Amino acid sequence: MTSTESHTLSVLVENQPGVLARIAGLFSRRGYNIESLAVGPTEHAEISRMTIVVNVEDSPLEQVTKQLNKLVEVIKIVELEPRDSVERELMLVKVRADAASRGQVLDAIQLFRAKVVDIAVDAVTVQVTGNSDKLADFLRIMEPFGVRELVQSGVIAIGRGSRSISERSLKAAPPVSTTA
Amino acid sequence: MTIQDSTPKPSAPAPAQDETITGAQSLVRSLEHAGVDTIFGIPGGCILPAYDPLFDSSIRHILVRHEQGAGHAAQGYAAATGKVGVCMATSGPGATNLVTPIADAHMDSVPLVAITGQVGASQIGTDAFQEADIRGITMPVTKHNYLVTDPADIPATIAEAFYIASTGRPGPVLVDIAKSALVATTEFRWPEQLHLPGYRPVTKPHAKQVREAARLVVEARKPVLYVGGGTIRARASEELRRLAERTGIPVVTTLMARGAFPDSHPQHLGMPGMHGSVAAVAGLQKSDLIVSLGARFDDRVTGNLETFAPGAKVVHADIDPAEIGKNRAVDVPIVGDVKQVIDELDEAIEALHQHGEAGDYEGWTAFLAGVKDRYPLGYDEPDDGSLSPQYVIERLGAISGPETIFTSGVGQHQMWAAQFISYEHPHTWLNSGGLGTMGYGVPSAMGAKVGRPDATVWAIDGDGCFQMTNQELATCTIEGIPVKIAVINNESLGMVRQWQTLFYDGRYSSTDLQSKRVPDFVKLAEAYGAVGLSCDDPADVDATIAKAMEINDVPVVIDFRVHRDAMVWPMVAAGASNDEIKYARDLAPDFEEDDL
Repeated sequence: MTSTESHTLSVLVENQPGVLARIAGLFSRRGYNIESLAVGPTEHAEISRMTIVVNVEDSPLEQVTKQLNKLVEVIKIVELEPRDSVERELMLVKVRADAASRGQVLDAIQLFRAKVVDIAVDAVTVQVTGNSDKLADFLRIMEPFGVRELVQSGVIAIGRGSRSISERSLKAAPPVSTTA
Repeated sequence: MTIQDSTPKPSAPAPAQDETITGAQSLVRSLEHAGVDTIFGIPGGCILPAYDPLFDSSIRHILVRHEQGAGHAAQGYAAATGKVGVCMATSGPGATNLVTPIADAHMDSVPLVAITGQVGASQIGTDAFQEADIRGITMPVTKHNYLVTDPADIPATIAEAFYIASTGRPGPVLVDIAKSALVATTEFRWPEQLHLPGYRPVTKPHAKQVREAARLVVEARKPVLYVGGGTIRARASEELRRLAERTGIPVVTTLMARGAFPDSHPQHLGMPGMHGSVAAVAGLQKSDLIVSLGARFDDRVTGNLETFAPGAKVVHADIDPAEIGKNRAVDVPIVGDVKQVIDELDEAIEALHQHGEAGDYEGWTAFLAGVKDRYPLGYDEPDDGSLSPQYVIERLGAISGPETIFTSGVGQHQMWAAQFISYEHPHTWLNSGGLGTMGYGVPSAMGAKVGRPDATVWAIDGDGCFQMTNQELATCTIEGIPVKIAVINNESLGMVRQWQTLFYDGRYSSTDLQSKRVPDFVKLAEAYGAVGLSCDDPADVDATIAKAMEINDVPVVIDFRVHRDAMVWPMVAAGASNDEIKYARDLAPDFEEDDL
């Protein structure tokens, strides 16, 4: 049974220079396609967290995680299932909005619980967050008015419930003694 | 756990902690602490500060003639001794010349630490003279790598590098050190602990998996032990022999595992793969259970994966979980150190035997014995009485004996050396299996001889390969490393020529090296202070080899001028099914399926 679909991986890595290059290089040289990648700090200064969305069949996904795990600076990889996690993206979009259309644009923005972060005579810049579907829906509504520019973050995701993936992974890593 | 051999050597300076020294002194002291006794390298601008304290160190630095030679020598040293090989080069071109041996070590899981100088920290990223981003360049071909700009980080980085290179699945680690860090002052502090939260190799196999594997072994009727290079890296030959003899299961040893199981052993079917023996190829192909021990189902072994061993269940034991299931679906995966895996598998099988559950492989072993008998390795002597390369290599093996370490380049001579020499011990066959690096032969022999000065070391090289790295003969002569080199001179890039014969209608595009004319290998050897011998008559082969065996103070090169049309058989064409094996041109074996 193989299915090509998107998988969201949370990857905890040591916060070291070059770690992003290592991971990006691994994906490209092994022929895996990154749909989106977001990286940022965590509650531990020495650990960064990457959220990587890959589009692969099931069995290559196992290879992706195994190969990632071989990187010395990768501490932990968790696949987040959409059902059991919260996924968010952030989009900033500049929409044409003159005196005639501004009212309709603002109505739509409100319906999506998006936020106007900048306004000009003939355009508004909107910040909208949500999962990919919501952002796509929002864009479809804005398109008739004229999307002049947009920028979008990668997906970030976190598991539901009280468990923390970083706490457990730090405990599981005792230091190695250099003496016998 | 100990980081290599951390016993301080008598001549090493006292390991003073917290003393203020330069980064370069800290580096050399760190290498001493890591147990390094030999470094192969070439100095240059950015690594220069490190060479000053190295001058006073107990570590022997062997000045090579090309950084690629340093890298392959360190590989040869590592593969012959099991210790970490160390090479050193300067920034830019020095470092990039190490890329080939580093990639080679990565493919063949050789424990290697490469130290490179880098331009000063403030110059990094400015396209400074001899600047190359060697950490970036080697990311895909190292197990791990470092760029050190703070001299305080040097001891811990070196300790980590040796630990990572030598544990788990061994591999190359590069440490790039900025010149500014080498010249700055720092305190030396050898770390008591390493903090590597993301590096936890699993060595102990899962007991349940081992029991399941044992169950499959006793239930199988046509099992085979598929032994790979991991068995040699794990030093598991004794355990392997015990397992094989307890169960009676036939054994195949891959190109990387030649010597892991004695060739003289009746259960040994030979080498599988593209140029494997018919019995070894059939043994895998027709098996109902493959027990893979430190092997990786490489394309050169499996041929077309779709049709590879279609009736076989697979037990795959490897220390690298990513190898398991990568190419071939697995029934019982076992992650662990192969030595421990074999040990525990043997115990589990013994337990089943005691309950009266033993495998019945009689029909299978009889079938394979028949195949081995009917399709032995062989070759045709040329009609014109000229020298056949296989004969030369066969005689080298016979005369030099099973304690000899053989290295090779890549191509026809490599395959013949894998086929026609009888390997009885692990660590006696060193070659470039995964990357297939022409030029590996001479420098790896040099490194092996340095690591095992008591052993006779023969490099069996091709005339093409030899011309890629033969400048290390200068190093061998000057440093007193008396290696022996047999150039199998067919004046061609022989393996490419063989493919042109078979698949390109004999159109020999750019494979004629004319090396019986240029260069004169005897004169070349003499120019390097080595002894040069030549042989083109089958009648003189033994005497020429005997003469070379008597020379133990300088390197010896024999130019064996062989006929150029010899081909490597058996052969499974690239991408073809193993069922399509030919034991000679247009001749396919008849497996007599009814016998099974």
